[in-house]
Amino acid sequence: MKTTLTHVAGLCFVATGAIAETSTLTIYTYDGFNSDWGPGPQIEANFEAECACDLEFVAAGDGAAVLSRLKLEGANTDADIVLGLDTNLTADAEATGLFAASGVTAAYDLPIEWSDDTFVPFDWGYFAFVAGKDVEAPTNFRELAASDLKIVIQDPRSSTPGLGLVLWVEAAYGDEAGSIWSELADNIVTVTPGWSEAYGLFLEGEADAVLSYTTSPAYHLIAEGDDSKTSWSFEEGHYMQVEVAAKVASTDAPELADAFLAFMATEGFQSVIPTTNWMYPAVTPAAGLPEGFETLVTPSTSLLLSSEDAAAKSGPAIDAWRAALAQ
Amino acid sequence: MVIALVLMLTLGTLLAVLWRADGLSGLGAAEWAAVRFTILQAVLSATASVGLAIPVARALSRRRFRGRSILITLLGAPFILPVIVAVMGLLAVFGRNGLLNDAIALAGGDRISIYGLGGVVLAHVFFNLPLAVRMILQGWVAIPAERFRLVASLGSSVWLMLERPMLRAVLPGAFMAIFLICLTSFAVALVLGGGPKATTVELAIYQAVRFDFELGRAALLAAVQFGLSIIAALAAWFITVPEGFGAGLDRVMPRWDGATIMARIADGLAISLAALFLIVPLSMVIIKGVIGLPDLPASVWSAIARSVSVAAVSTLLTTVAAVTLAMRGGRAVTLASALPLAASSLVVGTGLFVVVQPMINPAKLALLVTALMNALMALPFALRVIAPAFERVETDYGRLATSVGLRGWARVKILILPRIRRPLGFAAGLAAALSMGDLGVIALFATSDQQTLPLLMYQLMGSYRTDAASGAALVLLALSLLAFWIFDRGGRADADA
Repeated sequence: MKTTLTHVAGLCFVATGAIAETSTLTIYTYDGFNSDWGPGPQIEANFEAECACDLEFVAAGDGAAVLSRLKLEGANTDADIVLGLDTNLTADAEATGLFAASGVTAAYDLPIEWSDDTFVPFDWGYFAFVAGKDVEAPTNFRELAASDLKIVIQDPRSSTPGLGLVLWVEAAYGDEAGSIWSELADNIVTVTPGWSEAYGLFLEGEADAVLSYTTSPAYHLIAEGDDSKTSWSFEEGHYMQVEVAAKVASTDAPELADAFLAFMATEGFQSVIPTTNWMYPAVTPAAGLPEGFETLVTPSTSLLLSSEDAAAKSGPAIDAWRAALAQ
Repeated sequence: MVIALVLMLTLGTLLAVLWRADGLSGLGAAEWAAVRFTILQAVLSATASVGLAIPVARALSRRRFRGRSILITLLGAPFILPVIVAVMGLLAVFGRNGLLNDAIALAGGDRISIYGLGGVVLAHVFFNLPLAVRMILQGWVAIPAERFRLVASLGSSVWLMLERPMLRAVLPGAFMAIFLICLTSFAVALVLGGGPKATTVELAIYQAVRFDFELGRAALLAAVQFGLSIIAALAAWFITVPEGFGAGLDRVMPRWDGATIMARIADGLAISLAALFLIVPLSMVIIKGVIGLPDLPASVWSAIARSVSVAAVSTLLTTVAAVTLAMRGGRAVTLASALPLAASSLVVGTGLFVVVQPMINPAKLALLVTALMNALMALPFALRVIAPAFERVETDYGRLATSVGLRGWARVKILILPRIRRPLGFAAGLAAALSMGDLGVIALFATSDQQTLPLLMYQLMGSYRTDAASGAALVLLALSLLAFWIFDRGGRADADA
C-alpha cells in the first residue's frame, strides 16, 4: 500500500490505474475480515504465494450488508466470491440465484453435520454473553431475566449478532420466546445498531454483560494479557454462527474461485483465523488451537436452526422481540 | 447548476433507488410507530436546544472575557464529532458508570439511567446546542451598534426594541435546522433510546436497505422523511418575520446594557453551565484518546491524508455552492438549505451507487463521492450562515452599490465578501470539520485500503481495539477543530471578537 502524503493527495480523486493482471480474484467480505487486524491481509499473502494471481478483498459493511451489496449489483457484480455470510442468511442468498455450487468439501471440525455444496464454512463460534469474572453468572435466560444484571444487545434488524440472539431465544424457547423477551426487558440497558457499539458500551462499564461470542474472552487474554473476562454458559445451549463463503455464479474466474474455496480448509487459511477473527477455525490446524482457547466456555448443547427455518422464523421472531421490548 | 446538483443528489437518488426497487411495499404499523417517535424526539430536541441556547447566546453577545473566542470554537466541537465518539463521551459523564452517577452514588443516592427518550434528547441537545448558540449569536452580533445607541438615547428596552424582533427572525430557522438534523438521527436514537421503541425512520431505512434489501420500502420511508421536512420548512417560513433594522455603519460596539449584578450573574451562570455541559464529556474523549494514542496503527497517517483531502475538496465545493446560491437568493436558498438535511445519506449513497455502478467500479470514485456527499450535507449549514449575511449587505448597501455601478464579480469582491468574511469563515470551518468527522457513504463505496479516519475508527472498534479507536477519535477531534479554527479565524482576522 502506498501511503505517502503526496501520493494520496495527488491521486486520491483519480482512479489508480488498474494494472492488467493475468487473473484477479475479487472477494466481497465484511469490514472486520479485511481490516489491518483481521485475517484478510495474511490470507491474501498466503493464497497469492500459491495461486499466481491477485487476490482482492472488498469490504462492504457486515455480513447482511455484503449480501445487499451483491443483490444491488446483481449479475453485473465484480465479485467472484462472497465471504462472510452466516447460516441465517444463506437461504436468502441461495434464493437470489446469484451463487453457484462449487462442490468443495472437507473434513470439518464443526459441532454439527455440514452438507451444503454451495456454501463452504470457514469458521464458527457460539453466541454468548461476555461479562467480567467478578459478576455472578446466571445459568439460563430465565435466571438472567429474574436477576438485576444489566446487558447490552444488538438490534436484530441491523446486526448479525442481534439476529443470532433472537434466533437463539427462538430455538431454545419456541412459543415462549415472546415471554422471555418481556421478562428480559428490564435487564436490557440498551440496544445498539451493531456489535462495535455494544461491545464499546460494555467495556465502558455501561452493562454487566454484552452479547458477543464465547471466543471474545480469548482476545482479551491473548492480545491484552487480561484474564478478567469470561462468558456465561447457558443450560439451554448456545446458538451457533457458522460463517461461510460461496462462489458467485457470474464469476469470470470459476477455477480460481474453486481453488480459493478449497484453500479455505487448509492451514494457510485456518491457522490465521483464531487470533485474527477470534472465532473457531472450521478445520482445526495441525498445531491445534492457540494457547488460551482451552480456557473458553464450551457449551454442552449447540443450537442452530436450518437455513430454511432461520429464514422462515426470523421475521416473526423479530416481531415478537420488538413487541415485547417496545412496551 | 448548483440547484440542479442538489436536486439530483437528493431527490434524484431517491428516484434511482425507487427505479431499482422491485415494487412499492406499504408501510406497516412498526414503520408508522417509527415515524411518530422520530417526530416526537425531533420536536423535543429542537425545542430544548433552541430554548437553552437563547440565554447562552445572549450572555456571549454582551460579555467580553479572556478565552471567549476559544470557548466559542470549543462549543462547536460536539457538532462535528462522529456520533459514536460523542455518545461515548456523554456516557462517560451521564452513563450508568459515569461521573454523574458516581457522584450520586457517593452521596448515597440511587444511580439514574439516561437511556430512553431523555437520553436521546440529552444527546441531541449536546450535539445541537452549540449550533443553536452560534446561529442565535450571529443574530445578536448583526444588530447594528447604532441601534443600541438609539434605543439607549430613547430610554427604551433593548429586549423589546431589538432582541425580541431579532429572535423572532432567527429562532424559526434555528429550530427548523435542528429539527431536521434530529429527524434523520440514527445511531444516537438507537444507542441511547434503550430499545426498539426508540426506532427512528433512518434506522428503518437502514434496515430496509442493508438488512432486508427492500428498496421500495426504503424509498417510501425516505419520501416520508422528505414530506416531514417540507412541512417543517414551510412552517418555519410562515412564522419567520424578516427583521428590519436598517443599515448601520458596520461597527461593533461594547454593550452597556446588562451591567446589573443580576444580569452579570445570570450571564456567568449560563456560560459556565453550557461550557461544563459541553466540555466535560469532551474532556473524557480527550483523556481516553491520549491513553489510546500509542496503540494507533501506522495506517492512521494515510487515513489522515485521505480525510484532510476529502475535507479540503468538500469545503471548497460547499463554499462555492453556498456563495453561488446566496447570490441567487430567494427560493433556491430555502430549498437547498432544507433538502440535504432531510435526505437520508444511506438512500443518497445507494442511489448514487445504483447510477454509478453499471458504468464504473464504485471503489474508484469512493473518495470523490464522499467529498461530494459531505459537501451536500454541509451546504445547509453554510447557507444558513452565509445567506442572511449576504441578504443584509444587499438590503443595506445594495442600492448604493447599484447607483455607483458596482456589478458582477466586482460587487461580490468589493461590497459583499469583506462584509461576509466572518460568516464565510465560519461556514467554511463548519464544512471542513463536518466533512472530516463524517463517515459519509465511504463505507458503501470504498475498499478497505481507502479508509478515511472515521472509517478507520469504526474498523478499530469493530475488532476489539477500543483503546486505539479512542486514540483515532482524539486525532479526528483535533483535526476537525483545527480545520474549523483555521477557517473561522481567517474569517475574523480583523474583528475584535
